[in-house]
Amino acid sequence: MTTEVGSETEVKKEPEKAEEQSPAPEQDAQAPAAEPKAEAELPCGETAPPGGDGDAQPKAASPEKERKQKEPSAGKGISRFLPPWLKRQKSQSQAEPREAEKENQEKVDEQQQPGQESAPKSPVSEAKEAPGEELKSDDKDDKHSIGSADTQPAKEEKGDESLERSADVKEKEESKCEEKKEEGETPKPDSGTEKPLLKAAKKMKTVMCHVTLLDGSQFPCEVEKRAKGHFLFFKVCEHLNLLEKDYFGLSYKDAADQKCWLDPAKEIKRQIRNSPWQFAFNVKFYPPDPSQLTEDITRYLLCLQLRQDIASGRLPCSFVTHSLLGSYTLQAELGDYDPSEHRLEYLSDFQFAPTQTKEMEEKVVELHKNHRGMTPAQADAQFLENAKKLSMYGVDLHHAKDSEGVDIMLGVCANGLLVYKDRLRINRFAWPKILKISYKRSNFYIKIRPGETEQFESSVGFKLPNHRSAKRLWKVCVEHHTFFRLVTPEQPPKARFLTLGSKFRYSGRTQAQTRQASSLIDRPAPYFERTSSKRVSRSLDGAPVVSVSDQALRGDSSVAGDKENGREPALELSSDSKDLDKTQEDVLKHQASISELKRSFMESTPEPRPDQWDKRLTASPATSLRLQAQGSLEEEITSILFSKAGFCSGPARPFVSRARAAEGTVTAASLPVAMGSVEKTPPTTDGPLPDSKDIGKSAEDKQRSGTGEQAEVEIEETVVIKEVKKAPKTKDVAPEVVVGAAVAEEAKKEKEGEAEEKEDKRPGGGEASSSSDSHSESEEEAEYHPQVSSVSVDQIKEEPEEEEPKQEAPPPGADPIASAAPPRAREERGAASEGAADEEAHNGHTETRQGLVSVEEDEEEEEEEEEEEEPRLNGDVSRTETERLPQVICCSEPPVVKTEMVTISDTFAAQKTEISTKEVPIVHTETKTITYEAAQLDGAGDSEPGVLMTAQTITSESLCTTTTTHITKTLKGGLSETRIEKRIVITGDSDIDHDQALAQAIKEAKEQHPDMSVTRVVVHKETELAEEGED
Amino acid sequence: MTALTAPFGRFTHSVVRAIPASFGEGALRTCSAQVDLAAALREHEHYVAVLKHRLGLQVVELPADESLPDCVFVEDAAVVCGDTALVTRPGAPSRRKETEAMKQALQELNLNIVEMDDDSATLDGGDVLFTGREFFVGLSTRTNQRGAEILADAFKDYTVSPVPVLDGLHLKSFCSMAGPDLIAIGSSEPAQKAFKVMQQMSDHRYDKLTVSDDIAANCVYMNLPDKGHVLLYCTSEEYPESAKVFEKLKDYTLIPVSNSEKVKVDGALTCCSVFINKKLEN
Repeated sequence: MTTEVGSETEVKKEPEKAEEQSPAPEQDAQAPAAEPKAEAELPCGETAPPGGDGDAQPKAASPEKERKQKEPSAGKGISRFLPPWLKRQKSQSQAEPREAEKENQEKVDEQQQPGQESAPKSPVSEAKEAPGEELKSDDKDDKHSIGSADTQPAKEEKGDESLERSADVKEKEESKCEEKKEEGETPKPDSGTEKPLLKAAKKMKTVMCHVTLLDGSQFPCEVEKRAKGHFLFFKVCEHLNLLEKDYFGLSYKDAADQKCWLDPAKEIKRQIRNSPWQFAFNVKFYPPDPSQLTEDITRYLLCLQLRQDIASGRLPCSFVTHSLLGSYTLQAELGDYDPSEHRLEYLSDFQFAPTQTKEMEEKVVELHKNHRGMTPAQADAQFLENAKKLSMYGVDLHHAKDSEGVDIMLGVCANGLLVYKDRLRINRFAWPKILKISYKRSNFYIKIRPGETEQFESSVGFKLPNHRSAKRLWKVCVEHHTFFRLVTPEQPPKARFLTLGSKFRYSGRTQAQTRQASSLIDRPAPYFERTSSKRVSRSLDGAPVVSVSDQALRGDSSVAGDKENGREPALELSSDSKDLDKTQEDVLKHQASISELKRSFMESTPEPRPDQWDKRLTASPATSLRLQAQGSLEEEITSILFSKAGFCSGPARPFVSRARAAEGTVTAASLPVAMGSVEKTPPTTDGPLPDSKDIGKSAEDKQRSGTGEQAEVEIEETVVIKEVKKAPKTKDVAPEVVVGAAVAEEAKKEKEGEAEEKEDKRPGGGEASSSSDSHSESEEEAEYHPQVSSVSVDQIKEEPEEEEPKQEAPPPGADPIASAAPPRAREERGAASEGAADEEAHNGHTETRQGLVSVEEDEEEEEEEEEEEEPRLNGDVSRTETERLPQVICCSEPPVVKTEMVTISDTFAAQKTEISTKEVPIVHTETKTITYEAAQLDGAGDSEPGVLMTAQTITSESLCTTTTTHITKTLKGGLSETRIEKRIVITGDSDIDHDQALAQAIKEAKEQHPDMSVTRVVVHKETELAEEGED
Repeated sequence: MTALTAPFGRFTHSVVRAIPASFGEGALRTCSAQVDLAAALREHEHYVAVLKHRLGLQVVELPADESLPDCVFVEDAAVVCGDTALVTRPGAPSRRKETEAMKQALQELNLNIVEMDDDSATLDGGDVLFTGREFFVGLSTRTNQRGAEILADAFKDYTVSPVPVLDGLHLKSFCSMAGPDLIAIGSSEPAQKAFKVMQQMSDHRYDKLTVSDDIAANCVYMNLPDKGHVLLYCTSEEYPESAKVFEKLKDYTLIPVSNSEKVKVDGALTCCSVFINKKLEN
């Protein structure tokens, strides 16, 4: 039965758990020996058994007997008592593919009747299975054999089989027991506990985790060393019999003693690093309306969490509220007030408040009397109804300073971000008002949507104690925003990852999803025992649990309670990526580099000047509320990229409107229409299309194109995709897609070469570049654009901790493509994809290419899409073709250059010292630049400068994308040409499908300017390579 | 429990204080105006009568203290929410002693008394707006940051958000609660600005009832068992435009109350009483 119990994931991991159990040397030794014999039989049939059997059977039998006796306990997790070999066997069997297991079970079933004696037969049956099983289990088995005293190497395989067999036997025996268990809906706790026991000790390394539950009890759980967070989390939920688990999480304390949330999608070991495998099960997202929870058990757990929060002082309450909540606690745990047995002493074990007075206890008792007749579930519900109204309910506080250095607290909650100063709420930023959340070093920024009367966005910056805390805060914000505000999380391209999150974004279920899922829960209310924290608690399934005194627990839990996300910078960056299917690191690397480029591109912003934003934080809310984005706080980049369309002048109207749209939310609608050409583009895009969702993720809209105004003018759209390598130290431009629509009457061929070159020079695109250059410091940055568009469009950008300065100028040798690429070289992908239209400024003078669309990807760019692209980029430069546009694409292939940059910045150093550790300063990044130009252009380089008539720049920002549009009109030879360059920066997290985003951007650009053609698309991708080691 | 479960505006008791003879001359005022003491006394008498007889509240009448000309404005001396009463430290030094009688009265009502021990803190109850969900506290000439913090400490269940009072004596000189989640607000720019701040700070969306006269935005809302929504508001003689606005409220028991004399010394309707909701058992 164990087999049945485990969920898939569990099965895989279980093997590892066995380690601890293996201890008994003697048994192990015997077991191996016995097994071999048994197996030997296999070949021979039953004959062989004799010698070995004698030994083997007895042993087997005895263990079994023991097991029977102990089974009850074993089921509960006392694996230790089981003979090692038994454990082993089980583990092996479990380790095997399910099918095998099923077979085994079947066999078992058949054999069951025979009882112990069945053993002999089993070999045969197993023999059949053996092959498959063995193959898989070999490695492990070998290890076992080695570990065990004297097994013969040759026979190991056999041994394995025998093991299996024995396992089967066990299964038979246990099956009965299990059947009972199995009756339950799902795999129960058993799986967690039993399996580990059974597994062979040696195979995987396992570690014993200790999880402090909300009732104060300890839940020991063995996991593989490389197990991911969700495995342990599921084990715990299973143990608790909890279905509505999305509100909960596991926390741990890092080396700095900060509470961090265990990321379910990442390996536990990497997250906790050297910290003990000690976790706490806590509420992560406090449901605003607990009455909407489906099950009482969920509410009960929430109550336990709140009691901890209250007792620890994290959730402040008035005297009256403490008393009232305490009275409900008594009612829930003790039932009706009974004067005969309830005296004041009975309260001594309960902690209703951080400081509990006699007066309060009296009040509690008085109120308790009023609850007569209330069931525990009702009392819990009442408790929650009152607790949820508390002002600090569900508010996760973080220490910070405002720009003036005044101590404040930032509170993240379901509705947004709150700012407190000395208990007073001095500001509040609801999620809908927040356009972007980012952090850089130890600074945390939020960009605020302009109010009705305001034209510009404003940004507010806060100083966190260190970059880790800034990152933690950022993550908590991202998670809360996603959980409470979005209908669906931004999803990674692949469906399978839906439930597993990458660090950079919350990939678990949102509240909406969990509610929906909960509504489907159809099981009889599970029985659970409410225990006062002080008492020894038992695990639901009866396994003995270590009880912890309330106080202790509370203390811990409270601490643990803090919601903080893991903060390992390094890990995060890299880790996620793997999850993605790509698996190939190559891809990751490529992508990573791209993201970095993008990032650098975008974010090169200088640090906010204190003056400007500092003030906001200050006391008077009114004054502090918002600043104008321009010039003020934000870094240059921001101003550049994000400034709104405010400037646009007449001709630009199209832009303006666009821009606006962009700013707010990315509307799915706009994107939806795929231009034929566009769609063709990258395969990548096709896949997951950018439906609203995708868009959301990806992003940002990117583009806005310029319009050509001249009637007769032909419009050329060029999509230039450039790859830029990063040179160490330079910051790369994030992948930018430059889309410009150039209208030339005669299709002038502009010098693409020039253009490109120019671009190359400035990676960031005209404006951006300048800013980007300036930053050479590496920092960790991340951005998240919380806007919820109907679809969830949020973009999270996170930058690697150490960023490299972007280099605007392509490193000399670096990109072949970029540099080389000049005009002709590229083929146009035309339409392909990226349809952005770029107008090149003809005039030499004008800024030519401003409108680059840069796509920023977050650190992890593990998106598949990118991979896809990369492939092209890399090798193939010549991809081709085409799509409708008659363009030739030449890719010069940009070799992907991986560079390692070592950045040493003061901050970083500082951080390091603080953090100690493991952050690796070296970041591998890759950047690619691909340029697609329209064929027409070739040849037509416009050498003639022409006369610049007008030039304007418009910038708009949406969740994931920032679009800067540059429009220039020039008169050349009597023809007027309107060139529109758009720079779209897509910042993305691994989840974002950049390709799609890019494709969308291009489409949009084309749509916007149907009369123009895309002459060039330049894509810069910056990706960070994740390194496994770092975390 | 009451604080958490009773409907907003449910009151059983009211503490008021008589007008001393020194009121006419001694009461603080922001503009120089001659007060007709006799008229003021009549007004106040009527006001108390409404509470006592019309609304059936248990009215605790404190005697006047000649040394405290402003003592009729009891609101500034204490903030009561649920079973907790914060005895303030008024911003005007001449009024600090007003709290003594108030504290005693509140103790007799078995409220949990919290006092402001910090000598650097000042808080006038007139700067405290309780919406039923949270507190807004005006930072004014009478109330400072520290006072606001102590208020937050005293009422931990609730969010306390400071609101700068740019014009007027108190926060409630231009606003007040006119119903559950309904804030009456003056139409002046400072008043509207303050409202925006309050909205910005709150997780909750309040409806606003804008009246043309700032001072008329100060009204007294109650939700009484037998009478439902009750509103004491300015008379149409004093503020015709504003009165019209209030009179459009549906399902309210509307009681215009004259306040023409007290207003001369910056006294508004809410200033003259402290409302308390005591459970019957107590």
